[in-house]
Amino acid sequence: MTASILSVMFMAVVSDNIVLSQYQGICPFLGVSKKISSAAGMGFAVIFVMAVSAVFTWLVYNYVLVPLELSYLYTMAFILVIASLVQITEMIVKRYSPTLYSALGVYLPLITTNCAILGTANSAVVFKSYAFLETFAVSVATGVGFLFAIILLACVRLKTDRADIPKCFKGFPITLVTAAIMAMAFAGFAGILA
Amino acid sequence: MDKRKCKETLLGGLIKNNPTFVLVLGTCPTIAMTTSLFQAFAMGVATTFVLIFSNLFVSLLRNLIPDKVRIPCYIVIISTFVIIVQMVMQKFMPDLYDTMKAFIALIVVNCIILARAESFASCNKPLYSMLDGVSIGLGFTGALCLIGIVRELLAGGAFAGMKIPGFPAMDSVGASAFGFIVFGCMMALFNFVLQKISEKKEKIRHSVLPLEAVTGSKEVAR
Repeated sequence: MTASILSVMFMAVVSDNIVLSQYQGICPFLGVSKKISSAAGMGFAVIFVMAVSAVFTWLVYNYVLVPLELSYLYTMAFILVIASLVQITEMIVKRYSPTLYSALGVYLPLITTNCAILGTANSAVVFKSYAFLETFAVSVATGVGFLFAIILLACVRLKTDRADIPKCFKGFPITLVTAAIMAMAFAGFAGILA
Repeated sequence: MDKRKCKETLLGGLIKNNPTFVLVLGTCPTIAMTTSLFQAFAMGVATTFVLIFSNLFVSLLRNLIPDKVRIPCYIVIISTFVIIVQMVMQKFMPDLYDTMKAFIALIVVNCIILARAESFASCNKPLYSMLDGVSIGLGFTGALCLIGIVRELLAGGAFAGMKIPGFPAMDSVGASAFGFIVFGCMMALFNFVLQKISEKKEKIRHSVLPLEAVTGSKEVAR
């Protein structure tokens, strides 16, 4: 049991990486990876929101939607839960930890439309119907995978932004090609636990 | 009804404001759902449907929605139409729905839809907002289909599900990174064509000047 959780968590970080092999959360992955510091801020904010939203979406799905036979409304319920959690988190962080707010604050509103959060909640809670602890563990691992990928990309972008490349490849296209090479490297981990 | 504005709105999403290649929004389905032409087309149509109706309803309700809670309101409107799409697909195309369900649910957080609601539908009349939805949706579907054609050809050696005999196909490991690389190269190609067109326009504008002025300036430049 614990071994299977650990292997699922490991897969979520590397071989089933949320960005590079499930193609979710690509917008922030491309948009907020110009500097390593902002990439790290975004990554930690995603881990935090993903963990908290996993807890609440699991509770809402299993104790509200399923008993009321409203499970087809999960998309709407989850996105509202996530949006309000993000808002509440922002308010709490702003009130009690101004330093943390200045580090994470700007990224928090962006997270509402990060499809990795909703995608992970959907797949863990609805499609795969994990138990509570498994959902939490998988969500944290998925967030760590996102942090891992976005920081690596930010490091590579420091180089590619200064490189002499064709004009039409500047900006997003070269970043996408970089991401493709990273995706191939991450796919190489798939054999370890299979 | 202003004909010029209609035309501008309707054509804007195809090239100038193309959501995929120019605005670079909604990248997740662009990469995840373009392994074949058919899947790309289905994703594009589903997104276009949600986009048109969410634009219409956001525009109709734009004077009623308070400014402070507008984002949650938009999300409720958008997710209503996503749930409709989910139910219709589940009933009539269960096999297709099974392979696409993760990304159909994620139309809710597709940034194209929220961006159009926020930047266009919330300050334009319902008719224009619907036209904008049609236009952006077509631009998105077109881009997805183009990427789908290239990827299906390179990774599977097929066009629209039909195998092309003798075409070398790649294995699945290469295919996993393919979404990123094909998308990146197509975006570069799109940028390249746009650059060429704008350079050509610049040249034409210069040649409108009197002939001597042009030849004279060219001599100097040389």
